[in-house]
Amino acid sequence: MIAGIGLSDYPKAPDLDGVQHHVLAMQRALADCGVAKADIDGYVGAGGSGVMIDDPVTMAEYLRVDHTYIDSTMTGGSSFEFHVQHAAAAIKDGLCDTVLVTYGSDQLSRMGRTLGTGGFHRAGQRIGGPIQYEAPYGNSLVGAYAMVAQRHMHEYGTTSAQLAEIAVGVREFAALNPDAMYRDPITVDDVLDSRMIADPLHKLDCCVISDGGGALIITTAERARDLAKPPAYVLGAAGAQTHWNISQMPDYTECAAARCGPIAFERAGLTPADIDTIQFYDSFTITVLMLLEGLGFCGRGEGGRFVEEGHLRRGGDLPMNTDGGGLSSCHPGMRGIFLLIESVRQLRGEAGEAQVPDARIALACGSGGWLSAIGTVILGKEHP
Amino acid sequence: MSREWARPIPGADGVSSTYWEAGARGELLFQQCPACGNRQLYPRALCTACGETPEWVQASGRGTVHTFTIIRQNYAKPFRDELPYVVAIVELEEGPRLMSNVTGVPADEVSIGLPVEVYFEVAAEGIGVPFFRPI
Ligand SMILES: [Zn+2]
Repeated sequence: MIAGIGLSDYPKAPDLDGVQHHVLAMQRALADCGVAKADIDGYVGAGGSGVMIDDPVTMAEYLRVDHTYIDSTMTGGSSFEFHVQHAAAAIKDGLCDTVLVTYGSDQLSRMGRTLGTGGFHRAGQRIGGPIQYEAPYGNSLVGAYAMVAQRHMHEYGTTSAQLAEIAVGVREFAALNPDAMYRDPITVDDVLDSRMIADPLHKLDCCVISDGGGALIITTAERARDLAKPPAYVLGAAGAQTHWNISQMPDYTECAAARCGPIAFERAGLTPADIDTIQFYDSFTITVLMLLEGLGFCGRGEGGRFVEEGHLRRGGDLPMNTDGGGLSSCHPGMRGIFLLIESVRQLRGEAGEAQVPDARIALACGSGGWLSAIGTVILGKEHP
Repeated sequence: MSREWARPIPGADGVSSTYWEAGARGELLFQQCPACGNRQLYPRALCTACGETPEWVQASGRGTVHTFTIIRQNYAKPFRDELPYVVAIVELEEGPRLMSNVTGVPADEVSIGLPVEVYFEVAAEGIGVPFFRPI
């Protein structure tokens, strides 16, 4: 189960580099649950924040974690949902007792805000691998998701106003988070009137770009009992992948959530109706819609109507991204760890004004790549 | 697009060199599996359905827009000078899909289902890159 959680500083921390985000988050996660650093015998990271030292073997050395278990699974933003699944299995199998997961990125301070539309490659550069079939065409990160949104609209009549509803709801929660990057309320019209970045996605359909880091301490049920904070039990976790590059997405209106969701629910012995709050990867508004449908919170093609009904809003029956999400609060490149941290805060009753009353079961769902690799983790307040 | 190639250049490898060389001759290829009949792009050393070694087939070059976006912001050269432009997933009439640009039509007039046909630009010697325009 997840015993400790820690966030570094966000959304902007110009004095921290990527590694310092890892370290600060780790220090806070250890302090959160009272685990001693020397007790960690598993290390998990995804690397990928662009700093050379950030790769998991180097981080294990830098942090000096003398582990008997390491996992460097890198599936983009969903890496950490995969990590929890793997770490829980490793602990159950006795490979280790206490796993540290860390993430850190100084993306905003280092690179500015051009990531989503900065282009992937330089003019005249020779490109190898599968991306050689996409690089000549000038697609952007936003453009990849936009093609999914476009197809969803074509097949199901989903509207920009329905997608905008998602951004509006998440901003409502961001207003309650003093650290969130954007806190002023927005309306559906604000989203629709914001600049088009890649049709049909507007600026306010896109997540923010920030600095930030997070850490988790995952340990045995036995150890967790003696720790400072109540643990969040991993009730069910599963991940699946359909493609990596967007041109290879087999079906532009269905992602791997449709495969890993049912497995996670089955392992937990639960259904979508049992979930009290969801923390979803909201890189773009369309990402949320695809995860909702994939996990079965609504039928395929019904996501637009579902969000219009207000389920995801504050006071709804399925409050989503209660920390303000990637759309309004913080998105340092790979947001998956924040979904897990906010889930744990909700289950502990530590979410302040954004607290979902009597939250007992939370679901975190990460999307990595271009809706490519999806990881689902169902967490519970009580021992299963 | 008769100007000099300033975009990223596909790095031809063991399989893709056949594909790009065909493009330089004005031919669009896809792959078909002799064992199971599966058709695929991008080209690979194996059939993604059954694992056998696929064969090359020449496509008609006609297809339809399966989905698309209009890129209105891109800071990277040379694309920033070409905004707005259409990035699309084109479904060939033989089945396989590929990413490309749809040109020769105002971006706002592109829609899903639009019939398009291939043409090629030479990125470097032996590397012809497929683009599409409305039929
Ligand atoms: Zn085959």
